[in-house]
Amino acid sequence: MDYVFLWRPVIEALPQLLLAALVTIEVAVISMAIGMVFAFILFFGRTSKSWILRFTSNVWIEVARNTPALFQLFFFKFGLGAIGIIIDSYITVVMALAFNTAGYMAETFRGGFKAVPDSQLNSARSLGMTFPQAQCYVVIPQVLRAVWHPMTNQFIWVMLLTSLGMLVGLRELSGETQFLNSRTFRTFEFFAVTALIYYCIAKLMLLLFRILGWRLFRGG
Amino acid sequence: MAIDVFSALKPQDILFLGEAALRTLEISVTAIAIGSFFGVIFGWGMAAGNRLITFIINAILDIFRSVPLIIQLILFDSFISILGYPAPAFVSGTIVLSIYTAALVANVARGGIEAVPIGLRKASRSLGLTYWQDMFYVVWPVGLRAVFPSWVGVALSVVKDSALVSVIGYVELLKASQILITRTQDTFLILTIAGLFYFALSYPISKISEKIEKRWHE
Repeated sequence: MDYVFLWRPVIEALPQLLLAALVTIEVAVISMAIGMVFAFILFFGRTSKSWILRFTSNVWIEVARNTPALFQLFFFKFGLGAIGIIIDSYITVVMALAFNTAGYMAETFRGGFKAVPDSQLNSARSLGMTFPQAQCYVVIPQVLRAVWHPMTNQFIWVMLLTSLGMLVGLRELSGETQFLNSRTFRTFEFFAVTALIYYCIAKLMLLLFRILGWRLFRGG
Repeated sequence: MAIDVFSALKPQDILFLGEAALRTLEISVTAIAIGSFFGVIFGWGMAAGNRLITFIINAILDIFRSVPLIIQLILFDSFISILGYPAPAFVSGTIVLSIYTAALVANVARGGIEAVPIGLRKASRSLGLTYWQDMFYVVWPVGLRAVFPSWVGVALSVVKDSALVSVIGYVELLKASQILITRTQDTFLILTIAGLFYFALSYPISKISEKIEKRWHE
């Protein structure tokens, strides 16, 4: 092996990488938040009386779950680009990841809502709450507790998926690494450090979700 | 901007996409087979080993679940080049995908083994079965039923994740469609065909697996 490892360029670029890691976290949080909102809409859309809402929700969920996330990203980037809708890389990645998350989480919510007995909703209603009130204050908190663990996994998954951004020119952690790599050609060194940063982010997020879950649902 | 009704897509382009689809299948099936084999061994190690062994296996496999696959692919590809053994994209892609699959299957397998009631296993041992007989004739069939749908889920996600192998130069379906798009500019149609292929593969299998799960739980 006559390869000489050169870590200096990576160490010098570390602040840049850490800043890019913040972009990664930001994209993940925004995509997850938007995805969750749409997941609720899809969940209710699926059981709606209007067939068009039911159909749209079902198609969305099945396409999100049965095609690669990279395909979905390309579709938002190049597919929409081809019909004249050109969107910034950052927004494209958020849209694709939110689309993907919404599909997976809608399916998770189905299990979560099943875990809350109907009597909960009925009792809340008979206490004088309106339907939205009963959902927001009684049912959804219990659903959140039921889906907290799969939701944590989904969030980590979204965080890892933001790395696809490098394929559409987004300068998040992977994109930034690729950019620095193209200038220095220290591919292994750069990507090794990036892998380490991803690992740390994943563990940190897991810890945060554990603490948050414990604070929100303790005693339950 | 109008979309052309007549596309520049030729019949041989469809053939090109079809071949690429076969390559997607080839790399995913290989990775699922190798990865599941090792995944079951790791899962068994975690379920049967002592705490230290379980912790070590889990910690190592966790790395592969906490780093984006795309980074793993680039890292492995550049690493074997450094060692002086550059491999074809199919080989390095298969190795990385297999390890990734094994990391996911290990948890599924562990869950399957632990889903078998301990009383059942004690009963089989007290009937005179050896440890391995108990494993093959009792734990395997009972555990498999418990986690079969999860395993199908993992397998399907590997098929979808195989799209990422394009970053190290393997021309699978999604890469092939990109190549065609560059030439024909027929983005919408080609992407739709690629998407339909993944969907046609993944959707029926996930529905069948759901059906099987329901039947088993009746």
